[in-house]
Formats: sequence, C-alpha cells, structure tokens
Amino acid sequence: MRAAHYCQECGKVQPPAPVDYFTFFGLPYKLNLDTAQLERDFYALSRKLHPDINAKANSSEQAWSLEKTSQLNDAYRTLKDPVSRTEYLLRLQGVQLEEQSKAATDAARQSGTAKKQVVPPDLLEKVFELNMQLEELRMAKKMGESDPALEQELHDAKRSLTAKQNAMLDELAAVWSPWDALVDRMAAGESVTEAERAALRDKMLAILNRRTYIRNLLREVDEVLEN
Amino acid sequence: MATDRIIGIDLGTTNSLVAYMENDRPIVIPGEDGLNLVPSVVALDEHDQIIVGNAARKYLIETPERAVYSVKRLMGRGVEDVQDELKLFPFRLADDLAAGEVLRIKLGNKTYTPPEISAFILRQLKRNADRYFGAPVSKAVITVPAYFNDAQRQATKDAGRIAGLEVLRLVNEPTAASLAYGLDKKETATVAVYDLGGGTFDVSILKLHEGIFEVIATNGDTHLGGDDIDNLLIAIALDDIQGDLGVDVRRSGEAVQTIRKAVIDAKIALSSQDETVLDVDLPNGKRYQRKITRPQYEQLIRPVIDRTVGPVRQAMKDAGLTPQQIDEAVLVGGSTRIPLVRRLVEEQFQRTPHADLNPDEVVALGAAVQANILGGGSEATKEMLLLDVTPLSLGIESLGGGVVKIIHRNSTIPESATEHFTTGVEGQTSVAIHVVQGERELAKDCRSLARFDLKGIPPMPAGLPRIEVKFLLDANGILHVSAREARSGKEAEIEVQPSYGLTDEQVEGMILESFDYAEEDFAQRQVIEARNEGDIILAALEKGRKSPAWQQLTSRERDDINKLENALKAVMPHDDYQAIRSAIDALNQATMHLAELMMDTAVTTALKGKTMETADVGEGPASPHPIAKAEIKS
Repeated sequence: MRAAHYCQECGKVQPPAPVDYFTFFGLPYKLNLDTAQLERDFYALSRKLHPDINAKANSSEQAWSLEKTSQLNDAYRTLKDPVSRTEYLLRLQGVQLEEQSKAATDAARQSGTAKKQVVPPDLLEKVFELNMQLEELRMAKKMGESDPALEQELHDAKRSLTAKQNAMLDELAAVWSPWDALVDRMAAGESVTEAERAALRDKMLAILNRRTYIRNLLREVDEVLEN
Repeated sequence: MATDRIIGIDLGTTNSLVAYMENDRPIVIPGEDGLNLVPSVVALDEHDQIIVGNAARKYLIETPERAVYSVKRLMGRGVEDVQDELKLFPFRLADDLAAGEVLRIKLGNKTYTPPEISAFILRQLKRNADRYFGAPVSKAVITVPAYFNDAQRQATKDAGRIAGLEVLRLVNEPTAASLAYGLDKKETATVAVYDLGGGTFDVSILKLHEGIFEVIATNGDTHLGGDDIDNLLIAIALDDIQGDLGVDVRRSGEAVQTIRKAVIDAKIALSSQDETVLDVDLPNGKRYQRKITRPQYEQLIRPVIDRTVGPVRQAMKDAGLTPQQIDEAVLVGGSTRIPLVRRLVEEQFQRTPHADLNPDEVVALGAAVQANILGGGSEATKEMLLLDVTPLSLGIESLGGGVVKIIHRNSTIPESATEHFTTGVEGQTSVAIHVVQGERELAKDCRSLARFDLKGIPPMPAGLPRIEVKFLLDANGILHVSAREARSGKEAEIEVQPSYGLTDEQVEGMILESFDYAEEDFAQRQVIEARNEGDIILAALEKGRKSPAWQQLTSRERDDINKLENALKAVMPHDDYQAIRSAIDALNQATMHLAELMMDTAVTTALKGKTMETADVGEGPASPHPIAKAEIKS
C-alpha cells in the first residue's frame, strides 16, 4: 500500500509521514525491481508533489511539498540503483553495513586484525602486488620520473578490477531472487526461519563488502594515476 | 491589473536581463533606452546617485573609482577567496574591512556589499518591468550559475530581497536555457548545455521526457569566462605599451578601462573576422595599435577555453554517458560566439552544437518560462517541470578534519539527510557542527558553509544524548538545518554562524533603505513619464490647431478640447499621477476625431503628390506616444 501523498480528489499535497522508501512507492520489500516503472512513478509523483507545482499553495502545503519531494528524491535515488537498494534493504533488516558480515567478523577476531582490514581472501595476492605497484609509482612521481611500463600495469589492473566490480553486480542480483522468494513465502503465510534469512543476508553482505573493497582500491589507483 | 506577475531575471556577470512570458512566448523586456541588455555596471555619479547599466558605462572610463563591473565574481565570497580577483579586476575593497566581514566595495566615498550592488542592478531591471507593465512587480525568478555554492546562492537571494523582490526561485542558468530551448519539444532527448558567460562556466546534462527536464549531472567553474580572455589581452597590451611606448599605464584606471573597451571590441571582431587591430587612444594622447590574427588569438586564449574540458568530462562521467549518447548540445552565454569555443564543444560532444536562440538572452527567457510555471503555468508550460540537482556535495567535518559526506553532488533537489550526533564529555550541553560544501577529502579544502551550535542539550553522561540533525537542501539549492534531541523529542536550539554572507538583520536594514527608494522612485517616475506624455500631447494639439482639420471640427468639439487642454495644463505641475493620467486620457479621447481628420488630410495631400512629411501631419494628438508601452495589454 502506497503512502497517501496527495488527495485523489483535489490533488493537494498531504502531510508527510515517516515511511521507508519501499512503502513510499507502495513496493514490497523485494530486490528485483522494474526500474522503468519506478521512473514513471517518480515522474508522476514529482508532477503532484514538487514545490514548483505547489508554489501557489498555502505555506503549510508548501512546507509539506518540500518535505515530501525530498523524501521522493531520496527514495527514488536509493531504490533505482541496485547496490544502494540492496544496502538499504539490508539496513531495514537491521544489518549494520559499516561492519563486515558475521562470518568475516569472526574470522577477523580469530586472526586478531581489525575488521576494516579484512581483505577478501581471493584478492589477497592481487592486493599485495597492487599496493607495491602503487607505492612504486607514487615514489616515481614524487621524484618527477615517469614509468610508462608501470603505469600500463596499473591501467591493466584497473581494467580487471573494474570487470570484477561489475561481475559482482551479477553475483548480487543472483541472490535477489531467492530473497524475493522468501518474501513471497512469508506473504503467503508460510514459515521462514531466521537462519534462512540470515544466510541470504550474509551472502549479500559479503558481496557488498568485497565490492566496497574493490571500489576503494580503484579509487586509490585512480588517484595515483591522475596525480 | 495582475499584481502577481512573476518576472524572470538573468543576473549576469557582464549583462543582466529581465523577461516575461506573454501569450505563451517568453520575451525580453527592454529598458528605457530600448535595449534588452542592461550591462551589469553600477556607478555613483557626481551627486552620489546610483547609475546602472549603459548609462553607468561611461563612468568606468571617466571616473573608474566611482564604478564597478563583474561584481558577480564577488558574490558570497570572503576576502581570502578574492585575492586573485583583486589582481585582475579594479575592485576597490573598503579599507576598514574586519576579518570575517562581508566584503564591501568602494564607490566614490561610499561602500557597498556585493549583494547591494547586485540589488542596484536588480532594481533597474525591476524598474524596466514596472515601466513595461505600468504597475510595480514584486516577484521574480533569478538565475544563478549551476555551480554556485550555498553562499553564492544565498547572496543572490539577499540581493533580490534588498531590491524589493520576493525571489520565488533561484534557477540554474544552463537549466533555464534548456527550458527556453525545450518549450516546443515534447520528445525524449538527452541534452548537454555548455554555458560560457562573462565570468562563469557551467555544463549540465539533462534528460528531457514528456515535459520533465531532469538534470542528471552538472559541473562548472564559477570563475571562468569572457572576463578571463579580456584580462589576458589587457595584460599583453599593457606589456606592449610599456615596451613600445615606454609608459607604464597599469596604475591609471582610466587607461586600463580604455584598453579594456578596445580589447572587448577586438575580441568581438575576431569572432567573425580573420584579423583585427587592437586600437587604443591612451588618455596621455599616445596611441597604441597592434594587429591580431585569428590564429594568434586562438593560441592565446586556448588555455582559458581548455579549462572547460575538465568540467565537461566530469559531468559526462557523473551522468554515466558517452558523447554518442548525447542527442543535442546547446550553446549558452556570450562567450560561445567565439569560434574556438564552438569547435571545442563540437569535439567534446561529437556533434554540431545548437545556437538557435540568442546566447545572451536564452537564460532570461528560460527564467521567464520557470516564472510562468511557478505562477500556475499556461497552455505552453502546463506539462513542464524542472528537476534540478545540487552541484556540490555537502559534508560535515569529522574529528581530525576529514569530511563525512551527507548529500552527494548531482542529487536531485530538494534533498535531505538526517545525521545523529552525541556528546563526548559528561554533562556537555552543546555540540558544534561544521558544514562544508565541496568534493575534497579534508574540510579545510572544502568551502565552509556554516558552523552550527546545538545548544540546550540536557546534561547527561557522554554519548547518551541523541541529537538528530536534519539537513535539507531546498529547490533553490540552499541549505536549511533543524535539530531535535531524540530522547526528549525537544527541538534543539541552533545557532548558525554563516561563514560568508549577510545576517538576516543586515539584509533587513538594507531592504528598508531601498524600499523607501523604490516606492518613491516608482511614484516619481510615473509622474515624470506622465508629464512627458502630457507635453507631447499638448505640443501635438498646438500643431493640430494650425491644420485645416481644426476648422472641420464642430465648435462644440473645439470647446471641449480647449477645456480639457486647460484642465491638463492645470494638473501637470502637481505631483498627482492619477490626475495627470486621467486628464491625458480625457484629452486623448476628445482629440480622436481631430486626429482622424488630420490623417485624412495627410492621405489626401499625399495622393495629390505630396509626401506625408511635407503634409505636416506631425504627431497627431492620438498618435502612439513614447510611453505607449506602459499600456500594452497583459
């Protein structure tokens, strides 16, 4: 059920209420989303709620219009992007995104390293090599020397990391359907165990964490290459 | 008479314009001199009266210490920001500026803040509109560079208030231009707007879809424009003059402004010619001439033009688009007349850019379209809606001087973010928040917007209070902050110290002053204009009496005219606008027949072989008079 944004009869903006982004658009808590439809809804709601449309309304309606449109924009921006949509849903589920998944946290605790520094195991070797190269190029640039071969290697690394980052989107999307199936089962009144949900949440979280890690690496590579 | 007319204003670095949407078309409202462009020049004449626009230009050369131009470059900026500007522009700052104070500029022996100087320009535009409508306007949409930060936007809004205008919306210039271009377009398209003006550069990428103008990304440089090209040429001329003529005129404001004028002429000539001569008659009687060819000129200005490439690429990257995905590129701003600029745009977007609308006027026309939308819309605009973005990320300074971003650049506005704060020390009752704008990692490299002091927090153990602070960027791109203590639900008290800009009280003080002016001004101008009109009709009547047509009137008609003529003469010396107005109207009405007869006589005479001029039809009493514009239907 979508929140009541404007009066169906007179078109006037209604007072804002604190709702989550899915509810704002009247969507179920599912991750597969028809983004073309979302865009149409966004445009249609903008035409009713935007401050420009309500510029001649009374002052409280103008305030509601401002508030509601900011909710609409926040909701649309968050839901249209696959990564921020997944992160948002996980957060609604009570997951603290700043932390690593439970499994990763446990691993970190055992090895005694801080959580943030957990490198996805399959990337370990790659990251080690990359950090050496980055350091080398930083030094070379500081001395005012150029190292075309090294730069080329970093460009190659960048390309492969970008490909990995994109592949991770597919990995993430692959978990959406089982998640949505759980939501459907719950809606149908079937029982879904917390363990089932936690398994999927952890899976998504692990992918998101790896992706964040790669994104940060890419940012670092970009910085060194561009400076 | 509609009192809620909303005008659209382009408050430019070099020129400003006012426009209005009439019969589904936006039009530029000309000034009294019949010109659409009002140069953004403000001067103080010998009687300390403010002069604006074309009339102020001569002061730039004659008494440069009493005139100022390109003041837009100083809007919303602090002393430390404008050091580079001060080297290149003859801005004279007040001597007694205190640290952290809003800049004040000297004009003669007076000082004004940049918003006040902008307000003088706005007031001139308002006057032009008042005159056009024959009634005062009080509401406006004003355009700003898309890349303007919060302080620059706030300063522009303040200028509007000082000028007696309620600023209903600040619209980004490239977006406004797209509105003017998109008026007839209903199809879906991705458009890039490249806007290089006198002092600012913006690039915006928009998606047009069934009347919705959705900005996807914007970027720019608020200190890049035609001014920079002028300054390059001026520097060369000054070097030459010292080298060739052996005189250093750098310190002569008069000489520099004379050179500047010549440089601008040369720049304009080089947009259509292959070469030109920079020709300056120096005030000391010496003459400086230098031939400049197009290739020389292009080589010289290339570095300036190339500075637009970075923002263009960043905007494309942020929009996630390649040049092939851009359907149209649109040129806005006077500097896009430069062929080199057109070539660069063509290279960047890989298509021939559009420049169908006058690049000097298109932003004002778009502002008028947005004004029309805000006023409830019309047939032409009823499907149109603008969804703009914030050009810069908004962040909070964290411990250690880093920045935590809370609103990212290119987010659709209005937009909000809620953050939670707590205390670090037992019993702490206030928390300071430093809000910055910009993309850099460290707070000191970003633009400081304001420091907020959250006060009145109930004393609690450290970390226990939960203060929820809401940051809201409104549709103008201006930040509003509110806070409450989440446990008690109490609104927290916020004390705002804007890093740059006028306080509300300061703006209030300035408004009152200019309001007095404005009301008085308007009434006085109405009387003066009515008197002029009266003089014209009386002179025309004098002529009419000598025409054979006069004898064709009935004696009753002649009596009526004589009586009304005396009535008009009686009220003219007094300051009662309404009385003069109705006396003019009455006399106009009474002389209608005379005018027709005179016209017939003239036509008959013309048919007999004489020209209209020799027939001495003159200005018939009812012929259109110079201020007929004020009567235009609306």
